[in-house]
Amino acid sequence: MFKHLAASIRGVGHRTTEGIWQLGHATRFFLLVLLKSGTSFRRFGLVIRELYYVGVLSLIIIVVSGLFVGMVLGLQGYETLQKYGSESAVGTLVALSLVRELGPVVAALLFASRAGSAITAEIGLMKATEQLAAMGMMAVDPVARVVAPRFWAGVISMPFLAAIFSVMGVFGGYLVTVTFIGVDAGSFWSQMQSNVDFRIDILNGFIKSCFFGVAVTAIAVFEGYDSPPTAEGVSGATTRTVVTSSLVILGLDFILTAFMFRGI
Amino acid sequence: MTPEVLVEVSDLNFSYNTRPILKGINMTMKRGQVIAIMGGSGSGKTTLLRLIGGEVVPSSGYVKVSGQVVHQLDRDALFEIRRKMGMLFQFGALFTDLSVFDNVAFQMREHTDLPESMIRDLVLMKLHAVGLRGAHHLMPAELSGGMARRVALARSIALDPMLIMYDEPFTGLDPISLGVIGSLIRRMTDTLGMTSVIVTHDVQESLKIVDYVYFIADGVIAAHGTPAEVRDSVAPFVHQFVHGEVDGPVPFHYPAQSYRRDLNLEKALV
Ligand SMILES: Nc1ncnc2c1ncn2[C@@H]1O[C@H](COP(=O)(O)OP(=O)(O)O)[C@@H](O)[C@H]1O
Ligand SMILES: [Mg+2]
Repeated sequence: MFKHLAASIRGVGHRTTEGIWQLGHATRFFLLVLLKSGTSFRRFGLVIRELYYVGVLSLIIIVVSGLFVGMVLGLQGYETLQKYGSESAVGTLVALSLVRELGPVVAALLFASRAGSAITAEIGLMKATEQLAAMGMMAVDPVARVVAPRFWAGVISMPFLAAIFSVMGVFGGYLVTVTFIGVDAGSFWSQMQSNVDFRIDILNGFIKSCFFGVAVTAIAVFEGYDSPPTAEGVSGATTRTVVTSSLVILGLDFILTAFMFRGI
Repeated sequence: MTPEVLVEVSDLNFSYNTRPILKGINMTMKRGQVIAIMGGSGSGKTTLLRLIGGEVVPSSGYVKVSGQVVHQLDRDALFEIRRKMGMLFQFGALFTDLSVFDNVAFQMREHTDLPESMIRDLVLMKLHAVGLRGAHHLMPAELSGGMARRVALARSIALDPMLIMYDEPFTGLDPISLGVIGSLIRRMTDTLGMTSVIVTHDVQESLKIVDYVYFIADGVIAAHGTPAEVRDSVAPFVHQFVHGEVDGPVPFHYPAQSYRRDLNLEKALV
Protein backbone atom coordinates (compact mmCIF):
# COMPACT_ATOMS: atom_id res chain seq x y z
CA MET A 1 0.00 0.00 0.00
CA PHE A 2 2.68 2.44 1.11
CA LYS A 3 4.97 1.15 -1.58
CA HIS A 4 2.24 1.72 -4.14
CA LEU A 5 1.84 5.31 -3.08
CA ALA A 6 5.57 5.93 -3.14
CA ALA A 7 5.81 4.41 -6.58
CA SER A 8 3.05 6.57 -8.00
CA ILE A 9 4.54 9.72 -6.46
CA ARG A 10 7.87 8.74 -7.90
CA GLY A 11 6.15 8.25 -11.26
CA VAL A 12 4.69 11.75 -11.14
CA GLY A 13 8.02 13.23 -10.19
CA HIS A 14 9.75 11.27 -12.89
CA ARG A 15 7.33 12.43 -15.55
CA THR A 16 7.59 16.01 -14.38
CA THR A 17 11.36 16.10 -14.57
CA GLU A 18 11.17 14.34 -17.93
CA GLY A 19 8.76 16.99 -19.21
CA ILE A 20 10.89 19.85 -17.93
CA TRP A 21 13.96 18.26 -19.40
CA GLN A 22 12.23 17.96 -22.78
CA LEU A 23 11.07 21.56 -22.57
CA GLY A 24 14.63 22.67 -21.92
CA HIS A 25 15.80 20.55 -24.81
CA ALA A 26 13.20 22.16 -27.09
CA THR A 27 14.13 25.66 -25.94
CA ARG A 28 17.78 25.02 -26.61
CA PHE A 29 16.94 23.73 -30.06
CA PHE A 30 14.79 26.81 -30.72
CA LEU A 31 17.70 29.09 -29.78
CA LEU A 32 20.00 27.02 -31.97
CA VAL A 33 17.65 27.51 -34.93
CA LEU A 34 17.62 31.27 -34.35
CA LEU A 35 21.38 31.29 -34.04
CA LYS A 36 21.80 29.45 -37.31
CA SER A 37 19.28 31.50 -39.27
CA GLY A 38 21.99 33.52 -41.01
CA THR A 39 22.01 31.18 -43.99
CA SER A 40 18.24 31.53 -44.42
CA PHE A 41 18.55 35.27 -44.88
CA ARG A 42 21.74 35.28 -46.87
CA ARG A 43 20.22 32.76 -49.26
CA PHE A 44 16.61 33.79 -49.14
CA GLY A 45 15.84 31.47 -52.04
CA LEU A 46 15.88 28.61 -49.55
CA VAL A 47 13.08 30.26 -47.58
CA ILE A 48 11.10 31.12 -50.70
CA ARG A 49 11.17 27.51 -51.80
CA GLU A 50 9.75 26.46 -48.43
CA LEU A 51 7.22 29.31 -48.52
CA TYR A 52 5.70 27.51 -51.45
CA TYR A 53 5.37 24.20 -49.60
CA VAL A 54 4.39 25.69 -46.27
CA GLY A 55 2.36 28.72 -47.29
CA VAL A 56 1.05 28.42 -50.81
CA LEU A 57 -0.05 24.83 -50.44
CA SER A 58 -2.02 25.81 -47.30
CA LEU A 59 -3.93 28.47 -49.21
CA ILE A 60 -6.78 26.29 -50.45
CA ILE A 61 -7.79 25.01 -47.03
CA ILE A 62 -7.48 28.52 -45.55
CA VAL A 63 -9.57 30.14 -48.29
CA VAL A 64 -12.33 27.56 -48.20
CA SER A 65 -12.52 27.39 -44.41
CA GLY A 66 -12.48 31.17 -44.11
CA LEU A 67 -15.37 31.46 -46.52
CA PHE A 68 -17.49 28.93 -44.66
CA VAL A 69 -16.70 30.30 -41.22
CA GLY A 70 -17.70 33.78 -42.43
CA MET A 71 -20.92 32.46 -43.93
CA VAL A 72 -21.86 30.74 -40.70
CA LEU A 73 -21.03 33.84 -38.69
CA GLY A 74 -23.21 35.90 -41.01
CA LEU A 75 -26.18 33.53 -40.65
CA GLN A 76 -25.89 33.20 -36.88
CA GLY A 77 -25.23 36.89 -36.37
CA TYR A 78 -28.17 37.89 -38.52
CA GLU A 79 -30.51 35.52 -36.70
CA THR A 80 -29.67 37.04 -33.34
CA LEU A 81 -29.28 40.69 -34.33
CA GLN A 82 -32.53 40.95 -36.26
CA LYS A 83 -34.41 40.16 -33.04
CA TYR A 84 -33.22 43.55 -31.80
CA GLY A 85 -33.67 45.22 -35.15
CA SER A 86 -29.97 45.84 -35.53
CA GLU A 87 -29.21 43.50 -38.42
CA SER A 88 -27.12 46.21 -40.06
CA ALA A 89 -24.49 45.55 -37.34
CA VAL A 90 -23.93 42.07 -38.73
CA GLY A 91 -20.92 43.32 -40.72
CA THR A 92 -19.27 44.56 -37.55
CA LEU A 93 -19.95 41.30 -35.78
CA VAL A 94 -18.48 39.21 -38.56
CA ALA A 95 -15.42 41.38 -39.00
CA LEU A 96 -14.61 41.71 -35.31
CA SER A 97 -15.00 37.99 -34.59
CA LEU A 98 -12.75 37.16 -37.50
CA VAL A 99 -10.06 39.77 -37.10
CA ARG A 100 -9.72 39.47 -33.34
CA GLU A 101 -10.23 35.75 -32.77
CA LEU A 102 -11.29 33.33 -35.43
CA GLY A 103 -8.91 34.51 -38.14
CA PRO A 104 -5.69 34.02 -36.18
CA VAL A 105 -6.86 31.02 -34.15
CA VAL A 106 -8.65 28.91 -36.76
CA ALA A 107 -6.05 29.72 -39.41
CA ALA A 108 -3.33 28.64 -36.99
CA LEU A 109 -5.15 25.41 -36.12
CA LEU A 110 -5.54 24.61 -39.82
CA PHE A 111 -1.95 25.60 -40.45
CA ALA A 112 -0.75 23.25 -37.70
CA SER A 113 -2.55 20.29 -39.20
CA ARG A 114 -1.76 21.12 -42.80
CA ALA A 115 1.77 22.55 -42.78
CA GLY A 116 3.05 21.75 -39.27
CA SER A 117 2.47 18.03 -39.67
CA ALA A 118 4.09 18.10 -43.12
CA ILE A 119 7.18 19.85 -41.77
CA THR A 120 7.52 17.33 -38.93
CA ALA A 121 7.06 14.36 -41.23
CA GLU A 122 9.52 15.66 -43.79
CA ILE A 123 12.29 16.46 -41.31
CA GLY A 124 11.65 13.23 -39.41
CA LEU A 125 11.90 11.15 -42.58
CA MET A 126 15.03 12.98 -43.68
CA LYS A 127 16.52 12.02 -40.34
CA ALA A 128 15.31 8.41 -40.50
CA THR A 129 16.77 7.93 -43.99
CA GLU A 130 20.11 9.42 -42.87
CA GLN A 131 19.76 12.43 -45.18
CA LEU A 132 20.55 14.76 -42.30
CA ALA A 133 23.58 12.69 -41.31
CA ALA A 134 24.73 12.65 -44.94
CA MET A 135 24.39 16.41 -45.09
CA GLY A 136 26.44 16.75 -41.93
CA MET A 137 29.12 14.53 -43.45
CA MET A 138 29.19 16.90 -46.42
CA ALA A 139 30.06 19.69 -43.99
CA VAL A 140 26.66 21.33 -44.40
CA ASP A 141 24.80 22.02 -41.18
CA PRO A 142 21.31 20.47 -41.39
CA VAL A 143 19.90 22.92 -38.83
CA ALA A 144 20.99 25.87 -40.94
CA ARG A 145 20.18 24.29 -44.31
CA VAL A 146 17.00 22.28 -43.61
CA VAL A 147 15.43 23.39 -40.34
CA ALA A 148 15.88 27.18 -40.30
CA PRO A 149 14.41 27.88 -43.79
CA ARG A 150 11.31 25.86 -42.93
CA PHE A 151 10.98 27.66 -39.63
CA TRP A 152 11.13 31.10 -41.21
CA ALA A 153 8.81 30.11 -44.03
CA GLY A 154 6.23 29.11 -41.41
CA VAL A 155 6.73 32.29 -39.39
CA ILE A 156 6.31 34.44 -42.49
CA SER A 157 3.30 32.55 -43.90
CA MET A 158 1.16 32.50 -40.79
CA PRO A 159 0.14 36.21 -40.60
CA PHE A 160 -0.66 36.24 -44.32
CA LEU A 161 -2.75 33.11 -44.04
CA ALA A 162 -4.62 34.53 -41.05
CA ALA A 163 -5.27 37.77 -42.94
CA ILE A 164 -6.51 35.86 -45.98
CA PHE A 165 -8.74 33.78 -43.70
CA SER A 166 -10.29 36.94 -42.24
CA VAL A 167 -10.77 38.55 -45.65
CA MET A 168 -12.46 35.44 -47.01
CA GLY A 169 -14.60 35.27 -43.88
CA VAL A 170 -15.82 38.85 -44.29
CA PHE A 171 -16.57 38.08 -47.91
CA GLY A 172 -18.50 34.97 -46.85
CA GLY A 173 -20.49 37.00 -44.33
CA TYR A 174 -21.22 39.58 -47.02
CA LEU A 175 -22.39 36.88 -49.43
CA VAL A 176 -24.85 35.40 -46.96
CA THR A 177 -26.25 38.53 -45.34
CA VAL A 178 -26.20 41.07 -48.17
CA THR A 179 -26.53 38.96 -51.30
CA PHE A 180 -28.86 36.24 -50.04
CA ILE A 181 -30.73 37.68 -47.04
CA GLY A 182 -30.81 41.24 -48.29
CA VAL A 183 -29.18 43.30 -45.57
CA ASP A 184 -28.33 46.77 -46.88
CA ALA A 185 -24.83 46.70 -48.34
CA GLY A 186 -24.11 50.32 -47.40
CA SER A 187 -24.81 49.84 -43.72
CA PHE A 188 -23.00 46.47 -43.72
CA TRP A 189 -19.78 48.13 -44.82
CA SER A 190 -20.09 51.50 -43.09
CA GLN A 191 -20.87 49.99 -39.70
CA MET A 192 -17.92 47.68 -40.10
CA GLN A 193 -15.68 50.54 -41.11
CA SER A 194 -16.56 52.74 -38.18
CA ASN A 195 -16.40 49.99 -35.56
CA VAL A 196 -13.27 48.05 -36.48
CA ASP A 197 -10.25 49.82 -35.13
CA PHE A 198 -6.93 49.40 -36.87
CA ARG A 199 -4.74 49.35 -33.79
CA ILE A 200 -6.98 47.58 -31.32
CA ASP A 201 -8.46 45.00 -33.63
CA ILE A 202 -6.41 44.47 -36.76
CA LEU A 203 -2.95 45.02 -35.30
CA ASN A 204 -3.66 42.84 -32.28
CA GLY A 205 -4.98 40.09 -34.52
CA PHE A 206 -1.84 40.36 -36.58
CA ILE A 207 0.35 40.11 -33.48
CA LYS A 208 -1.55 37.02 -32.38
CA SER A 209 -0.97 35.31 -35.69
CA CYS A 210 2.75 36.10 -35.49
CA PHE A 211 2.94 34.41 -32.08
CA PHE A 212 1.03 31.41 -33.41
CA GLY A 213 3.29 31.16 -36.45
CA VAL A 214 6.42 31.02 -34.28
CA ALA A 215 4.84 28.52 -31.87
CA VAL A 216 3.47 26.12 -34.49
CA THR A 217 6.56 26.07 -36.67
CA ALA A 218 8.96 25.82 -33.74
CA ILE A 219 7.03 22.81 -32.43
CA ALA A 220 6.90 21.26 -35.89
CA VAL A 221 10.62 21.52 -36.61
CA PHE A 222 11.57 20.40 -33.11
CA GLU A 223 9.32 17.33 -33.22
CA GLY A 224 10.70 16.40 -36.64
CA TYR A 225 14.32 16.85 -35.66
CA ASP A 226 13.83 15.07 -32.35
CA SER A 227 11.79 12.14 -33.65
CA PRO A 228 13.16 8.60 -33.32
CA PRO A 229 14.48 7.54 -36.73
CA THR A 230 11.79 4.93 -37.38
CA ALA A 231 8.38 4.81 -39.05
CA GLU A 232 6.56 4.79 -35.70
CA GLY A 233 8.83 7.51 -34.42
CA VAL A 234 7.96 9.83 -37.29
CA SER A 235 4.23 9.15 -37.16
CA GLY A 236 4.20 9.70 -33.40
CA ALA A 237 6.06 12.98 -33.83
CA THR A 238 3.58 14.13 -36.47
CA THR A 239 0.65 13.49 -34.16
CA ARG A 240 2.43 15.27 -31.31
CA THR A 241 2.98 18.30 -33.51
CA VAL A 242 -0.72 18.67 -34.22
CA VAL A 243 -1.84 18.01 -30.63
CA THR A 244 0.79 20.16 -28.94
CA SER A 245 0.41 23.04 -31.41
CA SER A 246 -3.36 23.07 -31.03
CA LEU A 247 -3.13 23.23 -27.24
CA VAL A 248 -0.42 25.88 -27.37
CA ILE A 249 -2.45 27.98 -29.83
CA LEU A 250 -5.53 27.95 -27.63
CA GLY A 251 -3.55 28.58 -24.44
CA LEU A 252 -1.53 31.37 -26.02
CA ASP A 253 -4.70 32.88 -27.43
CA PHE A 254 -6.18 33.18 -23.96
CA ILE A 255 -3.06 34.81 -22.56
CA LEU A 256 -2.67 37.20 -25.49
CA THR A 257 -6.36 38.15 -25.44
CA ALA A 258 -6.16 38.87 -21.72
CA PHE A 259 -3.22 41.18 -22.27
CA MET A 260 -4.57 42.90 -25.37
CA PHE A 261 -8.21 43.52 -24.73
CA ARG A 262 -8.43 43.58 -20.96
CA GLY A 263 -5.21 45.44 -20.52
CA ILE A 264 -4.13 43.35 -17.52
CA MET B 1 54.96 17.71 -47.53
CA THR B 2 51.82 15.67 -47.05
CA PRO B 3 52.13 12.73 -44.71
CA GLU B 4 52.10 9.28 -46.19
CA VAL B 5 49.52 8.03 -43.73
CA LEU B 6 46.12 9.62 -44.18
CA VAL B 7 44.05 7.80 -41.58
CA GLU B 8 45.38 6.36 -38.37
CA VAL B 9 43.08 4.45 -36.04
CA SER B 10 44.68 3.84 -32.70
CA ASP B 11 43.41 1.57 -29.95
CA LEU B 12 39.88 2.65 -30.70
CA ASN B 13 37.08 1.68 -28.32
CA PHE B 14 33.45 2.53 -28.77
CA SER B 15 30.21 1.57 -27.03
CA TYR B 16 26.58 2.28 -27.78
CA ASN B 17 25.09 2.96 -24.36
CA THR B 18 27.13 0.43 -22.42
CA ARG B 19 27.36 -2.26 -25.10
CA PRO B 20 30.90 -2.34 -26.47
CA ILE B 21 30.89 -2.34 -30.28
CA LEU B 22 34.56 -1.80 -31.07
CA LYS B 23 37.34 -3.00 -28.77
CA GLY B 24 40.84 -1.80 -29.44
CA ILE B 25 40.94 -1.31 -33.21
CA ASN B 26 44.23 -0.33 -34.86
CA MET B 27 44.50 0.51 -38.55
CA THR B 28 46.59 2.62 -40.88
CA MET B 29 45.41 3.79 -44.26
CA LYS B 30 47.86 5.34 -46.67
CA ARG B 31 47.36 7.70 -49.56
CA GLY B 32 46.61 5.97 -52.82
CA GLN B 33 45.36 2.85 -51.08
CA VAL B 34 42.05 1.08 -51.38
CA ILE B 35 41.27 -0.60 -48.08
CA ALA B 36 38.51 -3.12 -47.50
CA ILE B 37 36.81 -3.66 -44.17
CA MET B 38 34.93 -6.93 -43.94
CA GLY B 39 32.90 -8.57 -41.26
CA GLY B 40 29.45 -9.89 -40.51
CA SER B 41 26.39 -7.75 -40.13
CA GLY B 42 26.38 -5.85 -36.87
CA SER B 43 30.12 -6.23 -36.35
CA GLY B 44 30.56 -2.45 -36.21
CA LYS B 45 31.80 -1.59 -39.71
CA THR B 46 29.40 1.30 -40.21
CA THR B 47 30.19 2.49 -36.71
CA LEU B 48 33.87 2.54 -37.58
CA LEU B 49 33.17 4.76 -40.60
CA ARG B 50 31.10 7.07 -38.42
CA LEU B 51 34.02 7.34 -36.02
CA ILE B 52 36.38 8.25 -38.86
CA GLY B 53 33.92 10.90 -40.04
CA GLY B 54 33.65 12.33 -36.54
CA GLU B 55 29.93 11.65 -36.32
CA VAL B 56 30.32 9.78 -33.04
CA VAL B 57 33.00 10.13 -30.37
CA PRO B 58 35.10 7.13 -29.22
CA SER B 59 35.09 6.12 -25.57
CA SER B 60 38.87 5.77 -25.76
CA GLY B 61 41.59 5.80 -28.38
CA TYR B 62 41.47 8.10 -31.39
CA VAL B 63 41.15 8.45 -35.13
CA LYS B 64 43.62 10.75 -36.86
CA VAL B 65 42.84 12.02 -40.31
CA SER B 66 45.59 13.96 -42.01
CA GLY B 67 47.39 14.21 -38.68
CA GLN B 68 44.45 15.66 -36.75
CA VAL B 69 42.55 13.83 -34.02
CA VAL B 70 39.01 13.92 -35.37
CA HIS B 71 37.01 13.91 -32.13
CA GLN B 72 39.04 16.74 -30.61
CA LEU B 73 38.33 19.17 -33.44
CA ASP B 74 35.88 22.01 -32.90
CA ARG B 75 32.90 22.30 -35.21
CA ASP B 76 34.52 24.53 -37.81
CA ALA B 77 37.65 22.43 -38.00
CA LEU B 78 35.57 19.26 -38.22
CA PHE B 79 33.53 20.70 -41.10
CA GLU B 80 36.76 21.83 -42.73
CA ILE B 81 38.13 18.30 -42.68
CA ARG B 82 34.81 16.80 -43.73
CA ARG B 83 34.94 18.82 -46.93
CA LYS B 84 37.84 16.60 -47.88
CA MET B 85 35.93 13.43 -47.04
CA GLY B 86 33.23 11.69 -48.99
CA MET B 87 30.89 9.16 -47.48
CA LEU B 88 28.64 6.80 -49.34
CA PHE B 89 25.90 5.83 -46.90
CA GLN B 90 24.70 2.26 -46.78
CA PHE B 91 21.24 3.12 -48.07
CA GLY B 92 22.33 5.98 -50.30
CA ALA B 93 20.74 8.74 -48.20
CA LEU B 94 19.95 10.76 -51.31
CA PHE B 95 18.08 14.00 -50.67
CA THR B 96 14.57 13.01 -51.61
CA ASP B 97 13.44 16.56 -52.35
CA LEU B 98 16.19 17.10 -54.94
CA SER B 99 16.61 15.56 -58.38
CA VAL B 100 19.53 13.29 -59.21
CA PHE B 101 21.29 16.26 -60.81
CA ASP B 102 20.76 18.52 -57.80
CA ASN B 103 21.90 15.79 -55.43
CA VAL B 104 25.25 15.53 -57.18
CA ALA B 105 25.47 19.32 -57.50
CA PHE B 106 24.63 19.83 -53.83
CA GLN B 107 28.14 20.12 -52.44
CA MET B 108 29.41 22.12 -55.40
CA ARG B 109 26.69 24.68 -54.79
CA GLU B 110 27.19 24.71 -51.03
CA HIS B 111 30.96 24.86 -50.94
CA THR B 112 32.15 26.47 -54.16
CA ASP B 113 31.40 29.56 -56.22
CA LEU B 114 31.56 27.69 -59.50
CA PRO B 115 29.31 29.06 -62.24
CA GLU B 116 26.23 27.01 -63.00
CA SER B 117 27.52 26.04 -66.45
CA MET B 118 30.64 24.48 -64.95
CA ILE B 119 28.63 22.73 -62.24
CA ARG B 120 26.49 21.27 -65.00
CA ASP B 121 29.52 19.87 -66.80
CA LEU B 122 31.01 18.47 -63.59
CA VAL B 123 27.76 16.86 -62.51
CA LEU B 124 27.25 15.22 -65.89
CA MET B 125 30.83 13.92 -65.78
CA LYS B 126 30.32 12.41 -62.33
CA LEU B 127 27.03 10.86 -63.40
CA HIS B 128 28.63 9.55 -66.58
CA ALA B 129 31.26 7.81 -64.48
CA VAL B 130 28.56 5.79 -62.73
CA GLY B 131 26.61 5.26 -65.95
CA LEU B 132 23.63 7.42 -65.05
CA ARG B 133 24.12 10.58 -67.08
CA GLY B 134 20.80 9.94 -68.77
CA ALA B 135 18.99 9.76 -65.44
CA HIS B 136 19.99 13.22 -64.24
CA HIS B 137 16.45 14.58 -64.34
CA LEU B 138 14.88 11.77 -62.27
CA MET B 139 13.87 12.11 -58.64
CA PRO B 140 15.33 9.66 -56.09
CA ALA B 141 11.94 7.99 -55.70
CA GLU B 142 12.11 6.99 -59.38
CA LEU B 143 15.39 5.09 -58.98
CA SER B 144 15.98 1.45 -58.18
CA GLY B 145 18.09 0.62 -55.12
CA GLY B 146 21.19 -0.04 -57.21
CA MET B 147 20.74 3.15 -59.23
CA ALA B 148 20.27 5.19 -56.05
CA ARG B 149 23.53 3.82 -54.70
CA ARG B 150 25.35 4.76 -57.89
CA VAL B 151 23.96 8.29 -57.69
CA ALA B 152 25.07 8.43 -54.06
CA LEU B 153 28.51 7.32 -55.24
CA ALA B 154 28.59 10.12 -57.80
CA ARG B 155 27.53 12.56 -55.10
CA SER B 156 30.23 11.41 -52.67
CA ILE B 157 32.98 11.99 -55.26
CA ALA B 158 31.54 15.36 -56.32
CA LEU B 159 34.32 17.46 -54.84
CA ASP B 160 37.16 14.97 -55.43
CA PRO B 161 37.80 14.33 -51.71
CA MET B 162 41.05 12.92 -50.37
CA LEU B 163 39.26 10.19 -48.41
CA ILE B 164 36.15 8.37 -49.49
CA MET B 165 34.33 5.87 -47.33
CA TYR B 166 31.95 3.51 -49.05
CA ASP B 167 29.47 1.66 -46.88
CA GLU B 168 28.60 -1.49 -48.81
CA PRO B 169 28.77 0.07 -52.28
CA PHE B 170 28.28 -3.24 -54.07
CA THR B 171 25.12 -4.40 -52.35
CA GLY B 172 22.21 -4.46 -54.75
CA LEU B 173 24.30 -3.99 -57.88
CA ASP B 174 24.14 -6.29 -60.86
CA PRO B 175 27.43 -8.02 -61.77
CA ILE B 176 28.17 -5.62 -64.63
CA SER B 177 27.80 -2.37 -62.68
CA LEU B 178 29.53 -4.07 -59.77
CA GLY B 179 32.64 -4.61 -61.86
CA VAL B 180 32.42 -1.11 -63.33
CA ILE B 181 32.04 0.54 -59.94
CA GLY B 182 34.86 -1.54 -58.49
CA SER B 183 37.30 -0.52 -61.17
CA LEU B 184 36.03 3.08 -60.99
CA ILE B 185 36.95 3.19 -57.31
CA ARG B 186 40.39 1.77 -58.06
CA ARG B 187 41.01 4.17 -60.94
CA MET B 188 39.89 7.25 -59.01
CA THR B 189 42.06 6.32 -56.08
CA ASP B 190 45.09 5.93 -58.35
CA THR B 191 44.63 9.01 -60.49
CA LEU B 192 43.64 11.38 -57.72
CA GLY B 193 45.97 9.94 -55.09
CA MET B 194 43.11 9.64 -52.64
CA THR B 195 42.33 6.94 -50.11
CA SER B 196 39.28 4.71 -50.41
CA VAL B 197 37.79 2.67 -47.60
CA ILE B 198 35.27 0.08 -48.68
CA VAL B 199 33.00 -1.74 -46.29
CA THR B 200 31.87 -4.76 -48.20
CA HIS B 201 30.73 -8.35 -48.18
CA ASP B 202 31.74 -8.90 -51.76
CA VAL B 203 35.02 -10.70 -51.21
CA GLN B 204 35.81 -11.74 -54.77
CA GLU B 205 35.12 -8.34 -56.29
CA SER B 206 36.93 -6.38 -53.61
CA LEU B 207 40.00 -8.63 -53.47
CA LYS B 208 40.56 -7.72 -57.14
CA ILE B 209 40.83 -4.01 -56.43
CA VAL B 210 42.01 -3.49 -52.86
CA ASP B 211 45.48 -3.11 -51.38
CA TYR B 212 44.72 -4.24 -47.88
CA VAL B 213 41.94 -6.04 -46.03
CA TYR B 214 40.81 -5.87 -42.41
CA PHE B 215 38.38 -8.43 -41.02
CA ILE B 216 36.36 -7.24 -38.05
CA ALA B 217 34.57 -9.69 -35.80
CA ASP B 218 33.24 -9.25 -32.28
CA GLY B 219 34.60 -5.73 -32.19
CA VAL B 220 38.22 -6.66 -32.81
CA ILE B 221 40.33 -7.08 -35.92
CA ALA B 222 40.24 -10.81 -36.46
CA ALA B 223 42.66 -10.82 -39.36
CA HIS B 224 44.30 -8.45 -41.81
CA GLY B 225 46.62 -8.58 -44.77
CA THR B 226 47.09 -8.00 -48.48
CA PRO B 227 44.73 -9.76 -50.89
CA ALA B 228 47.41 -12.36 -51.63
CA GLU B 229 47.92 -13.06 -47.93
CA VAL B 230 44.19 -13.24 -47.42
CA ARG B 231 43.66 -15.65 -50.29
CA ASP B 232 46.32 -17.99 -48.93
CA SER B 233 45.31 -17.60 -45.34
CA VAL B 234 44.73 -20.81 -43.46
CA ALA B 235 42.92 -19.11 -40.61
CA PRO B 236 39.55 -20.85 -40.78
CA PHE B 237 37.68 -17.62 -40.33
CA VAL B 238 39.36 -15.90 -43.24
CA HIS B 239 39.30 -18.99 -45.39
CA GLN B 240 35.61 -19.40 -44.92
CA PHE B 241 34.88 -15.75 -45.57
CA VAL B 242 37.04 -15.57 -48.67
CA HIS B 243 35.72 -18.73 -50.20
CA GLY B 244 32.19 -18.10 -49.07
CA GLU B 245 31.76 -21.50 -47.51
CA VAL B 246 28.35 -21.46 -45.95
CA ASP B 247 28.92 -24.67 -44.03
CA GLY B 248 32.42 -23.94 -42.84
CA PRO B 249 33.67 -25.14 -39.48
CA VAL B 250 33.22 -21.64 -38.09
CA PRO B 251 30.09 -19.54 -38.29
CA PHE B 252 31.64 -16.60 -40.06
CA HIS B 253 30.59 -14.06 -37.43
CA TYR B 254 33.10 -15.33 -34.95
CA PRO B 255 36.84 -14.82 -34.94
CA ALA B 256 39.08 -17.73 -34.03
CA GLN B 257 39.75 -16.62 -30.46
CA SER B 258 36.10 -16.29 -29.72
CA TYR B 259 35.45 -19.72 -31.16
CA ARG B 260 37.97 -21.31 -28.83
CA ARG B 261 36.46 -19.49 -25.93
CA ASP B 262 33.13 -20.97 -26.83
CA LEU B 263 32.13 -22.99 -23.76
CA ASN B 264 30.64 -25.97 -25.48
CA LEU B 265 33.66 -26.43 -27.66
CA GLU B 266 36.10 -26.22 -24.77
CA LYS B 267 34.12 -28.83 -22.89
CA ALA B 268 34.15 -31.08 -25.92
CA LEU B 269 37.92 -30.73 -26.28
CA VAL B 270 38.63 -31.61 -22.66
N1 LIG C 1 22.33 4.31 -32.93
C1 LIG C 1 22.58 3.12 -32.35
N2 LIG C 1 22.23 2.89 -31.08
C2 LIG C 1 22.49 1.73 -30.48
N3 LIG C 1 23.09 0.68 -31.08
C3 LIG C 1 23.45 0.83 -32.37
C4 LIG C 1 23.21 2.05 -33.08
N4 LIG C 1 23.69 1.91 -34.33
C5 LIG C 1 24.20 0.67 -34.39
N5 LIG C 1 24.06 0.02 -33.24
C6 LIG C 1 24.52 -1.35 -32.94
O1 LIG C 1 25.91 -1.38 -33.15
C7 LIG C 1 26.28 -2.58 -33.76
C8 LIG C 1 27.16 -2.31 -34.96
O2 LIG C 1 26.37 -1.66 -35.94
P1 LIG C 1 26.95 -1.32 -37.36
O3 LIG C 1 28.22 -0.58 -37.20
O4 LIG C 1 25.87 -0.63 -38.10
O5 LIG C 1 27.21 -2.75 -37.98
P2 LIG C 1 27.62 -3.15 -39.47
O6 LIG C 1 28.94 -3.85 -39.33
O7 LIG C 1 26.58 -4.12 -39.95
O8 LIG C 1 27.68 -1.93 -40.28
C9 LIG C 1 25.01 -3.34 -34.10
O9 LIG C 1 24.91 -4.42 -33.21
C10 LIG C 1 23.93 -2.36 -33.88
O10 LIG C 1 22.83 -3.02 -33.30
MG1 LIG D 1 26.58 -1.30 -41.80
